[in-house]
Amino acid sequence: MINTQPSVPRLLAAPSPSLHDHSRTFGPRPSPSAAELIGELERAGLDGRGGAGFPAHRKLHAVAAQPRKRGARIVIGNGSEGEPLSAKDAVLLASAPHLVIDGLLICADALGATEARLVVGPSTAGVVRAALAERSDAHAIRLHAESGGFVGGEASAVVAGLAGRRPVPADRPVRLAVSGLHRRPTLVQNVETLAHIALIARYGAAWHRSVGTTDAPGTRLVSVSWGDTSPRVFEVSGGSPLRSLLDAAGAPVTFPALVGGFHGAWVPASALDAPLSASGLAPHGASPGAGILHPLAEDACGIQVTARTLATLAAASAGQCGPCANGLPRIAQLMRELLAGADTTAELRRIAGLIDGRGACHHPDGTVRMLRSALVVFADDIAAHAHGRCLTRSEVRA
Amino acid sequence: MTSLHIDWTACHGRGACIELLDGVLRPDDWGYPTGTGGSDVPIPADRVRDARDAVSLCPRLALSVRPSSRP
Repeated sequence: MINTQPSVPRLLAAPSPSLHDHSRTFGPRPSPSAAELIGELERAGLDGRGGAGFPAHRKLHAVAAQPRKRGARIVIGNGSEGEPLSAKDAVLLASAPHLVIDGLLICADALGATEARLVVGPSTAGVVRAALAERSDAHAIRLHAESGGFVGGEASAVVAGLAGRRPVPADRPVRLAVSGLHRRPTLVQNVETLAHIALIARYGAAWHRSVGTTDAPGTRLVSVSWGDTSPRVFEVSGGSPLRSLLDAAGAPVTFPALVGGFHGAWVPASALDAPLSASGLAPHGASPGAGILHPLAEDACGIQVTARTLATLAAASAGQCGPCANGLPRIAQLMRELLAGADTTAELRRIAGLIDGRGACHHPDGTVRMLRSALVVFADDIAAHAHGRCLTRSEVRA
Repeated sequence: MTSLHIDWTACHGRGACIELLDGVLRPDDWGYPTGTGGSDVPIPADRVRDARDAVSLCPRLALSVRPSSRP
């Protein structure tokens, strides 16, 4: 059954970011064993909140399974949040830094890690530094303030940055869980995932599942924006219908929405009753990703917004991988031509096919996924542009 | 099944592998090797030897042969 009340404060339940309010709201930090923690997270059905949605317990298990001779384990909290439409990690770190720190320490204790790193954006470094200084149990955590850009938040890019190299994704023949930072078994979790871990370790899987839906249990932080508005962040129950989330944020609900972020997919207005869950969004080629909802503003042209987004994504390529470094600028150029009225859709689809799966990270894959969804959802706009008209303006600008 | 892994961060599209694995790999618009399977291209049993030659002759050391595609 779907919980119809979208806003549920759990991660954001404490009245202030202070340690005092954190302890009063949530109680002491538990220290479950690796087996206990992994079991509870599996029963809770917690998926990673950085964008890929990988099950949290499987990442922990992969590191826990490494023999000790591979070196001391390291845990990394990733709050670098390179996605321009996302603000939830910054809001979480500013509102509940101690919950993130708890989650990092719970994972470190369970894995026997003696070293932990917390990577945050420059805007939240101050509040997190102050939170670490308030505690007596956080000496193992080193704070890093990074602004690595769009692809700099990818797990292997974060590890490269921490090792002093350029923060760009790496070809990963071996998983980070086996050989990560300094070639040691490394757990990288998004900061929202860590905050959920801190709550599940306290209250258990059944509590986590007491809100949300069977396939999207618990709560999730979402960032809602449209037009040029700054993203606003809400904590909502998993599986809430997109429309209810947009309504609650006062966002437009009669136009297509970009779901999941720049690497997400456009969902048509007719499908906004779909739930914010992996299975609910799969028929539309979308996923919750990092929890981003970006409906088209009333006076905006979907082709123009998509063209601008693809130009940003092309510029964000680390430039390491040929198909991405060459293909994304080509797509950005073809989109400008499409905007100006040339029908470049067939060539766009052909180039997209040359890019799929041919990079060290998923930047090229995510980019062409978003492109393909735009070609479907904005098909009427494309046809109008080909006739020199725009559905949202009187004529197409050259 | 054997597969050929391409490290795209190393590959510069020099094309030695495309010549050695004619019929398995072809150049894309920019000269980078394309086969089925993205970064891990399945290699038929009778071409594994050519794939191993491609690994050793790649000027960028961008290739590796693996027993199966990675999970």
